[in-house]
Amino acid sequence: MIHLWLPLMLVCVLVGAGAYGVIARRNAVLVLIGVELILNAANLLFVSMGSVLDEKLHTGQVLPLFLITIAAAEMGVALAVILALFRDRGHIDLSEPGS
Amino acid sequence: MTSLDILFGAVGLIAAASAVLAVTTQQLVHAALWLVVTLGTLAGCYLFLGAELVALVQLLVYVGAVVVLVLFALMLTRAPLGRSPEHSSSPIQRIAGALIGAGTTAMLAAVLLPALGGKLLSIRAGDTKGIAAQLFGSWVWPFELL
Repeated sequence: MIHLWLPLMLVCVLVGAGAYGVIARRNAVLVLIGVELILNAANLLFVSMGSVLDEKLHTGQVLPLFLITIAAAEMGVALAVILALFRDRGHIDLSEPGS
Repeated sequence: MTSLDILFGAVGLIAAASAVLAVTTQQLVHAALWLVVTLGTLAGCYLFLGAELVALVQLLVYVGAVVVLVLFALMLTRAPLGRSPEHSSSPIQRIAGALIGAGTTAMLAAVLLPALGGKLLSIRAGDTKGIAAQLFGSWVWPFELL
């Protein structure tokens, strides 16, 4: 028996850390790490609510599977874009003005 | 505070600490490695909550594929190895980021904890057969699309 506020607090901390990573990082790949943290927090919220609510469709565990799939595909596309950006500009520093 | 509470708290503390380290460390490759620790401990949290399939898929896909992609991208974009303070953003940007991050955490906590925080959930075994039945039954269209 665990209290629900423990996973929920973890969700909040992960979202905050991910938001910090998206805003305060200069390297594009590190910004993506922040986005990954936010997505994982959403997954944890799904799973923790799914374990409390007993539903027929098992939404709390099927939707995290879909979200993991979508997040992995999105990371692949985003990293490909970053590599193309690196080949064009020579750096992936997001604080430099665009060419 | 049950003993399982304390155990989940310990695992969650590791996840939260490694997440914060992943977004604040000055060394770029270390950020990816701290992300590995975060994702691994999150898989442990999923096991606690009875989601065995999600935990294993998380380990396979996230830790096994996505973090490897991130490391490859760091290598191919000539990320500086070792500490690189000249590559970190200005203090104003970091303070703004910290404020917005803390504000987001506080806002979510203010919404989620009073409404749902008191509920107790029992640790039960995962229902992988039921998930499989639903995945190929009710959720088959989005499953095939994805």
